[in-house]
Amino acid sequence: MSEYQFVLNGEKRFIDCELSRRLLDVIRIDEGLTGTKEGCQEGECGACLVFIDDEIFNSCLVPMSNVVGKSVVTIEAYAKTEEYQRIERAFLEAGAVQCGYCTPGMVMAVSSLLRSGKPLDEDAVRMGLSGNLCRCTGYQTIFEAVCSLKESGGQDV
Amino acid sequence: MKITDAVHRVDGAGKLKGETKYIEDMHFDNMLYAKTLRSKIAKGRITNIEYPELPKEIFIIDAEDMPANNEVAIIERDMPVFAKDAVRYLGEPIALVVGEDKDAILKYMSKIKIEYAEEEPVCDLSQAAKKPDHIMTERAYEKGNLSEIEYDEKVTEIFETTYQEQLYMEKQGVVGTVEEGVVTVYGSLQCPYYALGALKHAMGMDETKLRVIQTPTGGAFGGKEEYPSLLACQVAAAAYKLKRPVRLVLDRREDMAYTTKRHPSKMVITSYIKDKKVLGMDFDIMLDAGSYLGLSDVVMQRAIFTMTGGYKIANLKMRGRTVRTNNVFTGAFRGFGAPQSMYALELHMSHLAKHLGEDPLKFRRRHYVKRGDLTATNGRFNEEIYLDRLTDLLENMSGYKEAVSKKRILAGYGVSVVPHGGGFTGDGEAVHIKAVVKLKKESNGRVTILVSNVEMGQGAITTLSKIVAIVLEMDMDRVGYETPDTFKVPDSGPTVASRTTMVVGALLARAAAKLKNRMHEPGEVIITEHFKQPDYVKWNAETLQGNAYMAYSWSVLLARVEVDPVSYEVKCTDIWGAYDVGVPIDEKLLIGQIQGGMVQGLGYAIMENMTSKAGGIEQFTFSSYPIPTTMDVPKLHAEWIINPYQDGPFGAKSVGELTLVGVAPAVAAAIEDAIGIITSEIPVTPEVIERSLV
Repeated sequence: MSEYQFVLNGEKRFIDCELSRRLLDVIRIDEGLTGTKEGCQEGECGACLVFIDDEIFNSCLVPMSNVVGKSVVTIEAYAKTEEYQRIERAFLEAGAVQCGYCTPGMVMAVSSLLRSGKPLDEDAVRMGLSGNLCRCTGYQTIFEAVCSLKESGGQDV
Repeated sequence: MKITDAVHRVDGAGKLKGETKYIEDMHFDNMLYAKTLRSKIAKGRITNIEYPELPKEIFIIDAEDMPANNEVAIIERDMPVFAKDAVRYLGEPIALVVGEDKDAILKYMSKIKIEYAEEEPVCDLSQAAKKPDHIMTERAYEKGNLSEIEYDEKVTEIFETTYQEQLYMEKQGVVGTVEEGVVTVYGSLQCPYYALGALKHAMGMDETKLRVIQTPTGGAFGGKEEYPSLLACQVAAAAYKLKRPVRLVLDRREDMAYTTKRHPSKMVITSYIKDKKVLGMDFDIMLDAGSYLGLSDVVMQRAIFTMTGGYKIANLKMRGRTVRTNNVFTGAFRGFGAPQSMYALELHMSHLAKHLGEDPLKFRRRHYVKRGDLTATNGRFNEEIYLDRLTDLLENMSGYKEAVSKKRILAGYGVSVVPHGGGFTGDGEAVHIKAVVKLKKESNGRVTILVSNVEMGQGAITTLSKIVAIVLEMDMDRVGYETPDTFKVPDSGPTVASRTTMVVGALLARAAAKLKNRMHEPGEVIITEHFKQPDYVKWNAETLQGNAYMAYSWSVLLARVEVDPVSYEVKCTDIWGAYDVGVPIDEKLLIGQIQGGMVQGLGYAIMENMTSKAGGIEQFTFSSYPIPTTMDVPKLHAEWIINPYQDGPFGAKSVGELTLVGVAPAVAAAIEDAIGIITSEIPVTPEVIERSLV
C-alpha cells in the first residue's frame, strides 16, 4: 500500500496510482465521481474545478503529487452543503443552467467567490468567474444568479 | 400560469449537483475504449498500413469490419465510415484502435506505420471553385428581371467568413453495445433517427436490430447533428465484432480539428440602386464543404433562401455553390448558412446607407417586407410582419437617436435586421421529415411525451412539458419526457432548424388537446399526431419557387463598441435586440437563448478566428481559439413583441438560431462606425482593423 495519502470529500485515501496521474482521472475514473467534468483538457474552461485545501483548481492540470496530504472536495460533497443549496436556488431562479456541462465547475467557482468575501457586484462576479467558460448562456443569467446571493447573505459564509 | 411565465428548468437541479450522467460519465460493464487512427495527410492514397502484432486486448476495427456498407448515409453516401484506399482530408478516420487500457492503445498506435502516395490537396476555396469537378452542388433562382431594370448606380462588394467551431463544452462521444442481440448506440447527439438511418445502411440491419439512445447532451449547436452518425457507425461495427461495449469519446483536440464546423464562405453581392432604394440584387455564395457533401447543400440553400432578409427587392439573381476541398468536413452550426449570407447582406445594407448618406435604420425601413408581400422565392409572407414596430422598439429601448447623435470618439454603433425561418426548408417537414409525436396517459394519470427531439441545453424538455401541461391544465411535474430512444419514441424529426418548439411543440399541443377529452378513461391512452403541411405552404423543390419557410421570426439589433486606438482591440459594450418570436413559451428560456446566441454571435464577429493551412485546422485548443469569457460579454438588452403565429403552439415561432444570426453584421458595422473603416471579413480582429486602415 502506498505511503501517500490525500483526503477526498472528507475521507482518507491512499494514492495507489502514479503520482503523475491527473487528479481529474482519479476523481472521475478511479473514484467514479463524475460530477467533475472534463471540458478543454488544458486548464482553460473550468469544468473540472475542485477545491484543494479550500482553493479552487482545474483538476485536469493537477498531478496527484500535488494533493499529497491535502483535502480535495468535489461537487458531490459540496452539493450536500447549505451554501450549495443557496447557489442552486439562485441558479434555478435566474435560469442560469442550460446544457449543464460547465455547471458543476461554475458552482465551485461561485462558492470560492462567496468565500473570498468580495462584494458580489457584477465586476467582481465577472472577474471571479473568468476562468469558467460557458457556451450556452452568454453568462448574464449566471451573473444575476450570483449577484442575487448578496441578498441571501453570501458574504457571511 | 400563463404560457410565457418562467418556470424552473426540469433538468436544472441534476445538472447543478453534477448528478446528470453524460456519455463520458456512464458506466458499462466490460467496456473497451476506442481511439481513432487518422490520416496524417490531406489527400492521397494509402499504399500500406503496417500494424505491429496485436497484443492481447488490442483490436483494430476498419473498413473490412463494416457488416454491410462502408458508407455513412447522410443525404448522400459519399463519406466512408473508415477511409480505405484513399484519404481526402487531414485527420480522416482510417480505423479504431480498441482496448481495455487507454495507455496501451496509445502505445500501440505510436507503432502503426501508414504509407501514403501523397497527392496535391486542394485547400483554397476560390481555386477549388474554378474546377468544375469540385462543384458539388449548385442552386440558383431569380425573381423579376434583373437584366432589364433601370438604375442610378450599382454597388458590388465581396465578403468572406471563416470557420466557426461549435465548441460545445461536452466533447463528441458515443458508446456502442450489443444488448440482447440488438446493436445499441448511446450518444451525445441531436438526431437519434439520423444516426439510426446511418446505422441501418452501414450495418445492413433493420430498426428491430439497431437502437439509438440519446444521452444528456452537453451542448451541440449543430455540431452533433450529422457528425454523430459517423461515430455511431464506427462504434456499432466495433461492438458488433467484439461483442463488448466500446466507447469512443473524442479528445478535445480531435474534436476541434476534425469534426464539422461552420462553413467558410466567399460572397459577392451587387445592389442596383434607384432613388436611394435597392431595386435589384445579385448574390453569389460559395461554401467550403470539405471533402464530403454532408449537409452542405442544405446549408447553402438556407443561405440563399434567407436572402433578402427583411427587404422587399423586386429583382433578384441568387446563386449558391458547395465546393469540394481537402479541408475538414463542414456542417451544421446554429443558423445553418444564414449567418454567412446575413452577415454579407446586412453589412452591405449598412454600407449602402452610409454611401447614400442615410441613417442605417431609416434606409432599411424603406425596404421592409410586410404580410402578403412576395418572398425572394415568390412565395407569400403569410403571417403579420412588424418590422417597423420592432425597429421602433429597438430605437426606444436603446435611446438610439440620442445615442448616435452624441457619439463619442472611438465608439460606434451598428445595426442589423434579420429573419430566421422556422423548421425545414420548403416542404421539407412534410416530404422529408414527416414528424410523428405520441402522448401517453399512464394508468396513474401521469402523461409522458414521446418524441425524438432532444434536450441539449436549449430547454426542450421544459418547453415541451410546459406546452402539454398547460393544454391539459395539469401540473408540470405530472408530465414526463421519455428519453429519446428509437425503441421507445417515434420519429418526430431531428433537433435542428429551430423546429422543436414551433413544429414538434405544435404537434404535442394538438395531441394534448385530444388527450384532454380522454383523461378520464381508465388505463393507458396513447394519442399519435402526424405533421400536416399548412395550406399556405407551396413549394417547388425543382424550381426553388414558393414558401421557403412556414413562418419567420425576426430580430432587429443594435451593437455598441469601443475600439482601442493603439491595440485596435474591440470592446463590445452593449447589444440591444428587439425580437418577434411569436409568443415565447417561457420568458426565461427565451432570454437564455437570446443571450447565448448574442454571445456566440459576438464570438463569430470579433474573436473566433479558425483557419486552415494545407488542410489542417490551425487552432485546435481552447487557448488558441478564444471564445467569449465573462470578461468579454457586453451588457445584453432584449425585448420582444407578442405576435401569435397561427400554427405554432400558443402562437410560438422559432428562437434558437435567430439569436446568433444578426450579431456579426451589427458588431462589424459598429466597429466601422467607431474607427471610420470599411471591412469585408469576420472575425474583425485587430489585424483586420489594422489592414483596413492602410
